[in-house]
Amino acid sequence: MRWLLLILTLIAAPMRAEEVVLGLSQDQVSISTNFDGSEITLYGAIKREEPIPSDEPLQVLVAISGPLEPVTVRRKDRRLGIWVNVDALSVSAAPSFYAIATSAPWSDVINEADDLRHTISIPRAIRSVGAWSQVAEPQSFIDALIRIRTDNGLYALKENAVELRDSTLFTTSIRMPANLTEGDYATRIFLTRGGKVVSKYETSIEVSKVGLERWLFNLSRQQPLVYGLLSLAIAIAAGWGASAAFRLMRTG
Amino acid sequence: MMIYLPIAEVSVNAFLLLGLGGAVGVLSGMFGVGGGFLMTPLLFFIGIPPAVAVATEANQIVASSFSGVLAHLRRKTVDLRMGTVLLIGGLAGAALGVGVFNYLKSLGQVDLLVKLCYVLFLGIIGSLMFVESLNAIRKTKSGKPPARKKHNWIHGLPFKMRFRTSGLYISVIPPLIVGVLVGILAAIMGVGGGFIMVPAMIYLLGMPTKVVVGTSLFQIIFVTGFTTLLHATTNYTVDMVLAVLLLVGGVVGAQFGTVIGSKLKAEQLRILLAIMVLAVCGKLALDLLIQPSELYSVGVVEGH
Repeated sequence: MRWLLLILTLIAAPMRAEEVVLGLSQDQVSISTNFDGSEITLYGAIKREEPIPSDEPLQVLVAISGPLEPVTVRRKDRRLGIWVNVDALSVSAAPSFYAIATSAPWSDVINEADDLRHTISIPRAIRSVGAWSQVAEPQSFIDALIRIRTDNGLYALKENAVELRDSTLFTTSIRMPANLTEGDYATRIFLTRGGKVVSKYETSIEVSKVGLERWLFNLSRQQPLVYGLLSLAIAIAAGWGASAAFRLMRTG
Repeated sequence: MMIYLPIAEVSVNAFLLLGLGGAVGVLSGMFGVGGGFLMTPLLFFIGIPPAVAVATEANQIVASSFSGVLAHLRRKTVDLRMGTVLLIGGLAGAALGVGVFNYLKSLGQVDLLVKLCYVLFLGIIGSLMFVESLNAIRKTKSGKPPARKKHNWIHGLPFKMRFRTSGLYISVIPPLIVGVLVGILAAIMGVGGGFIMVPAMIYLLGMPTKVVVGTSLFQIIFVTGFTTLLHATTNYTVDMVLAVLLLVGGVVGAQFGTVIGSKLKAEQLRILLAIMVLAVCGKLALDLLIQPSELYSVGVVEGH
């Protein structure tokens, strides 16, 4: 068995000859006051030392993942005539954002085994350890999580969205919605042939609040009392200001 | 113009927020209520996370109440003594309310609690006010003088205190209890509690209508201010950008509302407020009773 693996690796090794050279329209997303989502364009080329293998067509898969965070998915049911949350599934880690773009239909791009190995597809990217001990049907909770986040533009699977030219140049753009979480967004590019990953490239996009947003957020976490008092001061000043302004308008 | 809210972590239209603030401000100026009971559900509706909506709304109420109380102080229609007694109860209630809020947040039932509180209190207050103002209108039409306040069980309680501005000599226990209850509601529902405080002062404590609104506003400033600080330091859910947009619209709207309100009769005003309260209550009750289109909801676990 071990020998077989070794032989397989040796056969597979020359295929690594195809490598990705990547460019990003931006490797930093700044959440400023007027932030309304962002569109990231990735463009790349495939570098090779030898002629293009002609056996299977080359496919490109791009996956961008936001930071992983634990989430709770709750289900409502009717109790005493009203709809209330009855059970919940704690998902140990789900990406706050996850977008995949491929150069062909999903099943043509990657097979099940490589998807599992590299945790590429959306359901694979969600880790739910011990789900069965929490609720009877954890899969319906995971499906709901994916459905809700897809509706919010946080999860996306875009087939045929990577434009690949002459098996050498590719480009795609990925839309990031306004409600982004801060952090490093892991960006992975896979080259596949016949459903198998032949090459992989990783980089990251930094998403962070800047300027006033950054300052307010930091203040609210690091000095919550000062932040709270500042909020009150603004409120009182605004209340006084409006009252004074209207009195002036009425008398003058 | 879209604007990103740093704490709520969503992007919303700034003019929509200014407009909402303004519209609710007009109503609050007309009726002498903070308008939180309208604004908080509206914020849920435009996609602000409930915890942020509740905490930020408390902050906004500080502004609108402060603006209102200045006008009442000039007219000398604030019973500072009664306000202080209500305030003592209110602060205790607010601390209790934030505790309950945080506990239920950990259970995932905070939305339900907030909504049930709304349905229950809006329903009771709305119906009582509606019936009472209908009767009042009927009585003024038939020409009978309105009934004088009678002595009831409240006057039998100990710890009596004289409230000069209100012309009352009653026990401090009922105002304290009213204060505690309104404080709890302020923290849980993100409201000042004016819509409960005002009827409670008129019907339970027997205060004269002219000092009720000012006194209610006076104590609401402190209770909601305290609630804001508690939410800011324990939940980090006060969004200053959201608050500023709402309160700019709100304080301007409130001044216009006060002018409109002074042109309407007290009974008409009360019946309009009652109808509005019942409408909000009905909408929230339907949401609880009708099967939602999405049975599942996703919550991010805080503090990881």
